[in-house]
Amino acid sequence: MSKPVVATTSLAGCFGCHMSLLDIDERILELIELVEFNKSPIDDIKTFTKQCDIGLIEGGCCNSENVHVLKDFRKNCKILVSVGECAIMGGLPALRNGIPIEECIREAYLDGPTVSLNEEQILPNDDELPMLLDKVYPCHEIVKIDYYLPGCPPRADLIWNALIALVTGDEMKLPYEVVKFD
Amino acid sequence: MNDKIKVTIDGIECWTEEGKYIIDVAKENGIYIPSLCHMEGIKPAGSCRICNVQINGRNMTACSTPAADGMNIESNIPELEEMRKAIVEVMFVAGNHFCPACEKSGNCELQALGYRYQMMVPRFPYEFPEKGVNADSKYIYHDRNRCIICKRCVRSIMKDGKHVFALNGRGGEKLHVEIDTDLASQLTEAEAQEAMDICPVGAILKKERGYYSPIGERKFDKAPIGSEIENK
Repeated sequence: MSKPVVATTSLAGCFGCHMSLLDIDERILELIELVEFNKSPIDDIKTFTKQCDIGLIEGGCCNSENVHVLKDFRKNCKILVSVGECAIMGGLPALRNGIPIEECIREAYLDGPTVSLNEEQILPNDDELPMLLDKVYPCHEIVKIDYYLPGCPPRADLIWNALIALVTGDEMKLPYEVVKFD
Repeated sequence: MNDKIKVTIDGIECWTEEGKYIIDVAKENGIYIPSLCHMEGIKPAGSCRICNVQINGRNMTACSTPAADGMNIESNIPELEEMRKAIVEVMFVAGNHFCPACEKSGNCELQALGYRYQMMVPRFPYEFPEKGVNADSKYIYHDRNRCIICKRCVRSIMKDGKHVFALNGRGGEKLHVEIDTDLASQLTEAEAQEAMDICPVGAILKKERGYYSPIGERKFDKAPIGSEIENK
């Protein structure tokens, strides 16, 4: 039987969750025996080359590109897992949710105390740039998400236990110390 | 023995005095009934509803119902545990609870209940309501984004016989806890710390304190909330 295929991505995240995945330390050797990686920043495969079994999503959706990538993952992965607070509830990027988008952009590019070089008062307007959404959305408000791993980042043991449970079909181990929201 | 009464909580016979609240009787007998608004010795508010128990088949709040002789109380039953989890989830979506950016994280009772019930994600949509922060008083911040309106501070924080916190905007979505900044500015540093400790979440924070204990050494890092009662 061929190995289960795993894909990962970071949307509006900080890559902390990916770092936490690498925090499984030497178990990563065990992991590559168990699974094969497809589209992921870890192996730098940019586009899906086959149907995947597990998709790990870090970060919520703050712009149109995040939504596009997330929908692409839903299409190409049998199981999607929201990894970390940002994927689950928007996380720190969602701190902007109470502030109108125009105000956010003005603060970032025109009025902010550290803005000094933008003498021509240019706002990002290139067609190539993804559009910002009105607010930051949790992934499960955009597509169906099958499982959730909370934490900022989720503890390496939580990610490891989840992957092992998904690959082996055994019940997931959830000791008290590994489920944390920070 | 005439002044002693007997109640049964989850099948355990508990002897106590008449008039004591069920939640306190349970605690004395090593049974944890979760609550976010209860404070021993302070008049109950019954506002968080997490301590709901079934008494002779009816739902009642354990923090505001005095024990009476012969009561048969059920607390640790799937129906109630599921409801408690749902209430915790409602609180998470009804406020702006950014745990990774909160100084109370690890010592927060709401978060600890999320851990106890292994809340992986709330089942309800996030509201991201617009609240506000009041940082005008000398030693404390009041962050309404995290307030769960348990009214602990309203009931207990006093200065010169006056309430420092009060409910405002009653009767709908605008309900919130308001801080009297003049009065709050008269609080000593120790009183400000006390206010922070009374708050079950991170709505009242002491200024110039920041993140205090490292991850792994905070109150609810290693053992679930309530285990100190259950393992006594």
